[in-house]
Amino acid sequence: MTILKHELKQGRNALIIWTAVIVSMLGICILIYPEMGSQMTELSGAFANMGGFSAAFGMDKINFGEFMGFFSVECGNILGLGGAFFAALLGISALSKEEKEHTAEFLFTHPLSRNKIVFQKGLSVLVQIIILNAMAIFICLLSAFLIGEKPDIRSLAMLFLAYLIMQIETAAICFGVSAWINGGGPGIGLGSAALFYFLNLVSNLTTHAEFLKFFTPFGYTDGADILINGSLRAEYTAVGLLFTAAGIASAFWKYQRKDIM
Amino acid sequence: MRTDLQILRLPEYPSVNACGIDCRQSARMVISNQKGLNHTMYAIKTDSLTKYYGTSRGITDISLTVSEGDFFGFIGPNGAGKSTTIRSLLGLIAPTSGSAELLGMDIRRQKNKILKETGYMPSEASFYRDMKVREVIRYSAALRGLDCQKEAARLIDRLELDPNKKIRELSLGNRKKVSIVCALQHHPRLLILDEPTSGLDPLMQREFFTLLNERNANGAAIFLSSHILSEIQRYCRHAAVIREGSILICDETKHLGHTRAKQITLFGVSAPPAIDGIKNLEPTEDGVKFLYSGDLQTLLHALSSMPVTDMNMTEPDMEDIFMHYYRSDDI
Repeated sequence: MTILKHELKQGRNALIIWTAVIVSMLGICILIYPEMGSQMTELSGAFANMGGFSAAFGMDKINFGEFMGFFSVECGNILGLGGAFFAALLGISALSKEEKEHTAEFLFTHPLSRNKIVFQKGLSVLVQIIILNAMAIFICLLSAFLIGEKPDIRSLAMLFLAYLIMQIETAAICFGVSAWINGGGPGIGLGSAALFYFLNLVSNLTTHAEFLKFFTPFGYTDGADILINGSLRAEYTAVGLLFTAAGIASAFWKYQRKDIM
Repeated sequence: MRTDLQILRLPEYPSVNACGIDCRQSARMVISNQKGLNHTMYAIKTDSLTKYYGTSRGITDISLTVSEGDFFGFIGPNGAGKSTTIRSLLGLIAPTSGSAELLGMDIRRQKNKILKETGYMPSEASFYRDMKVREVIRYSAALRGLDCQKEAARLIDRLELDPNKKIRELSLGNRKKVSIVCALQHHPRLLILDEPTSGLDPLMQREFFTLLNERNANGAAIFLSSHILSEIQRYCRHAAVIREGSILICDETKHLGHTRAKQITLFGVSAPPAIDGIKNLEPTEDGVKFLYSGDLQTLLHALSSMPVTDMNMTEPDMEDIFMHYYRSDDI
């Protein structure tokens, strides 16, 4: 697990920064909820009646005045979007950075199979995503406790599970792409995450675009769906897991054949 | 177009493949395997190794052998295919066709076993910028599953390298030193060095070659790619010249500079005699200089009717010969 340790060490600063930013925003958001809560009850009706805008963010289906309703939209956007950007950057750079930074020749002339290298690099992406999400869960629970809220644990667990799977899928797709490129990783990664996010917004606007939920990992992170059904939408999640598997398979397949330049 | 090469190539120079056989014969090592069969062991053996990048040529039909314990030079101009050959041997790129064995192991099927026994210095010594020198060296050993701290410390000391500096603070020469330590610390049986001395100052180059000679004396085979002829001439026992992806010649280094062509300098004339076999014609201050590979009697006869005041006839130096190989318009 030498490469895993090395990758975690190399990514330590970025992980600390991304985690600090995301969890502090989550914490602030939850801590200011009591002040916003009363206003939110009044505004909830307004939020629900802003047509396409409300639909895009799922605010037409949930009660914004309740903690879980507020959490699923506000915190969902922070952890969802922030986590997706971080996961995309991790995934897209995992393999391509070696060639971009001209360290590939050093790494690949050591006696390690390419599968082992891809596996350990993929594992390091997963570990970093889990650390970010574990910290996010801890801060959310702590903040909720501090403001005296007792969130529904099952709904909360489902929301966090959805964000985790979504980040893993985003990272896996980018990881798959990473094997095919030699540079330009961050742009592709951030662009992909943003594209996935906006595909979900568009899919919320009209039933004609609902099929897009199959093509974005944000499809199964819709807070309203999770709170109402108590679970992730199985059809979107299943397709998401297929994309995850395809991304990982693509990385292994391509890297077995790739000329390291 | 072929004439020049033929002029410069001695009759005793074998063709590429035949040369490969010559090299094999000159330093053949016959060992017995467990079944008691005689088996010739080479550090490097390639057979028609070819690599195309899409439609562009990388290397074509590279066939050469390097015996165990040899110090082998691989010389050619930039873009000739030296790095492509090396990258193919190390499994960084997949050959389009042909085969190769390193230390008796197939480069496709036994890559990891080969890399365990091989030390490699890439032409670009790039490492993780935010790591310290000692961390990179330790990481390299850890990737091999080894603890080479003792040997690493010895090499660091000899190369006068500061192990506490970060990679991003290092000059090219110091990055090369890191590369040397990574390549040598595990005592490989085969060293593949791609233009290793660029960036090293002359004193450090000397220390580097001392290290290589020590390793070579202890049995390690060394495959040194370079475009610096004097390095090859001074340290290598055998050498191959590569140009435009193909091996032009392969022989003992001392034979490479030996050709039947002569370097002729004439004084008192502005043009050479009008006979065949004259190449590389250059005007001098009061005469002309050229390579002559024809019949000596013909030359002397032609000169007797010319107002030549003096003349020199010497062996052409190796640089002249290699420049000849390098220039495609001369061949």
